[in-house]
Amino acid sequence: MNRRFFQFDRHGLGLALLLLIALFALAGPWLAGRAPFEQDLYGVLQAPGLHEPLGTDHLGRSMLARLADATRLSLGLALISVLTAAIPGTLLGLLAAWRGGWTARLIGTVADSVLALPGLLLVLLLSAFAPGAFWPLYVGLSLVLWVEYFRVTQATASVVFASGHVEAARLLGFGPGYVLWRHVLPELLPLLATLMSFGASAAVLALAAMGFVGLGAQPPAAELGLMMTELLPYAAEAPWIIASPIVVLTLATLALVLLSDAMQRRHA
Amino acid sequence: MSESMNEPSLPLAASPVQHTPLRWRTTSLVGRILLQRGLQALVVAALVGTLSFLMMRMLPGDTAFRVAAARYGFDMVSAAAAEAVRAELGLALPWTDALLRWWHHLLQFDLGLSSVTGAPVIDEIVHQLGHTLRLAVAALAVSCAIAVPLGFAAGLRAGGALDRGTLVASVLLRAMPPFVLGIVLVTVLAIEWNLMPAGGHHVHGALLMPALTLGLGLAATSMRVARNAMASVAEAPYFAFARVKGLTDGQALLRHGVRNAAIPLVAYLGVQLVYLVEGVVVIETLFAWPGIGHALVHAIFGRDVPMIQGTALVMGLMFVALNTLVDLACAWIDPRVRLARGRR
Repeated sequence: MNRRFFQFDRHGLGLALLLLIALFALAGPWLAGRAPFEQDLYGVLQAPGLHEPLGTDHLGRSMLARLADATRLSLGLALISVLTAAIPGTLLGLLAAWRGGWTARLIGTVADSVLALPGLLLVLLLSAFAPGAFWPLYVGLSLVLWVEYFRVTQATASVVFASGHVEAARLLGFGPGYVLWRHVLPELLPLLATLMSFGASAAVLALAAMGFVGLGAQPPAAELGLMMTELLPYAAEAPWIIASPIVVLTLATLALVLLSDAMQRRHA
Repeated sequence: MSESMNEPSLPLAASPVQHTPLRWRTTSLVGRILLQRGLQALVVAALVGTLSFLMMRMLPGDTAFRVAAARYGFDMVSAAAAEAVRAELGLALPWTDALLRWWHHLLQFDLGLSSVTGAPVIDEIVHQLGHTLRLAVAALAVSCAIAVPLGFAAGLRAGGALDRGTLVASVLLRAMPPFVLGIVLVTVLAIEWNLMPAGGHHVHGALLMPALTLGLGLAATSMRVARNAMASVAEAPYFAFARVKGLTDGQALLRHGVRNAAIPLVAYLGVQLVYLVEGVVVIETLFAWPGIGHALVHAIFGRDVPMIQGTALVMGLMFVALNTLVDLACAWIDPRVRLARGRR
C-alpha cells in the first residue's frame, strides 16, 4: 500500500512539475514585459527584485524573459524530436513484427549500425555541416532515438501477433487494422509513453549540451546551455544569475526522469 | 535487465550432459564477441568516413583553396598550390572514385594532415587520447568508489534510511547533465571554497574536478543498479543457505554476494559508456582538458575535416573497444554466460 502510494506520488510529481514548466514557458514573456533581446547596460547583473523577478544578465537583459524563451525552445525541440522518432520507429517496428524474416533483419541491421556511435557524437558530426543550425539536432536526435521505439514495438508486437487471441481474431475475419487497434496498441501505449518521456529528456539535454559547447543555438538566442556558458564567467560575482538556467534545466529533466521512472515501474 | 541476469543458476544443474569441453566453448565465445565488436568497429569507420567525406565535398567554398591556405599560409596560396592539393586529395575526381580513394586511405589508417595546423592528424590524436583515457579511467574509478559501497550497503537493507537517501540523491543527480554538475562543482568547490583548481591540465590536481564530475554522474545510475543487484542477492535462497551453513556475514558477502551482484553492475557499464563518451566531449570543453572531445569540438569550429574525421573515428573506436572489454569481463565473471552461449 505504502509502496503504491509512493509510486503514484512520483508520477504525479513529475506531471505537475512538467505542467508548471510549460506554464512558465508560456506565461513568462507576458510576466516579464520585456523582449528577451532587449539590453540595458545601466542595469547589468542585477539581483532578483520586484522590478526584475529573476534579475538581469551581463548585458542587462531580463532573465525571466530569456528563461521563458529558452524553456519554450527546449520543450518545443523535445516535442518535435519525440514525434519524429516515435512515429517512424513504431511503424517500422510494426512492419518488422508483421513481416518478420528479411524485413526484420534488414531494419534491425540499420538500427544496430546507428547505435554503433554514441548519440551526441553523431549529432556533433552532423552539426559540422551547418554549425548553429537546428536541423542537425533534429535529424541526429531522431536518427538515434527511433531505434528504441523500433525495438520495443517489434518485441511487443511480435509476441502479440503470435498469441492465441490474435489468431482467433484473424480467423473470425477481422483485418490488420482491427488487430492493431484492439490488440497491439493497448499493450504498446504504456511502453511508448515511457520511451517518449525518456526521449524528451534526452532531447532537452542534447540541446543544452550542444549550446554549452557552442555548436547549438548561437549567441543572441536564449537557450539554456548557451546561457550557462555566457554566464559562467560571472558565477563568482552573481551566482543567482547562473543558478536560474541550471534550476530550470534540472527541474525539466527531473520531471521527465520521474515520469519515465514511474511509468516503467507501473508497467514492469 | 538486472532481473534476467540475476536468476539463480538452478536450470544449469539439470541441463543435458555437456560434450564439448569448457575451454573450447570459452574461446568460441571470445571469438564471437570479438567478431561482433569488430563488425561494429567497421560500421563506425564507414559511418564516420562517409560523413566526413560528404563534409569535405559539401562545405561552402573551394575545398582545395581552403586546404592549401591552411597548409601553406594565407599569403602563400597560389592557383598552382591549390591545383597540387586538388590532385593530391583527388578533389577533381568524380565522387565515386573519390569516395573509394577516401576509404582506401582510411582503411590504411592514413588520416591525413590537419587542415588547420598542418601536422599529421594521427600524431595529435595519440597525444590527446592519452589525456582522455586518463580522465575516463579516473572517472570510472571515482564512480566505482562511490557507487559500489553505497549501493551494496543500500541493497543489503532494502527500504532502509540509506536506501531511500541514495534513491533521492540518484534521481537528483540524474536530472543534472554532466556540464551542469561541473558548473555546480566548480562554483562550490573551486570558487567558493577554493579547494581544487577549476581548469587547465598543467596545474597539480587538475584531474580531480573533471574526474569527480564525470564520476558522480556515472555513480548516480550505477548506484541504483548495485543496490538492486545486492537486494536480489540478499533475497536469494543461496545467500540464505550460505548464512544457514554457518558463514559469517562478511564471508557470505564476499563469497556469494559480491560476485553475483557484480554481474549486472559490469553489464550495466556497457550502457554507461555512452554517458562516458558523451560526457567526455562536454566535460573536456568545460575544464579545458586537452583531450579528444575538446579537439573534436575545436575541429568542428575550425572546419578541419581531417581532424573531425580522426577524432570522431577514434572516439567511436574507443567506445567499441570499451564495450568489448565489458563483454569480455561479463563472460569472465559469470560462467553462466560462457555455458549458455557455448551451448547454443
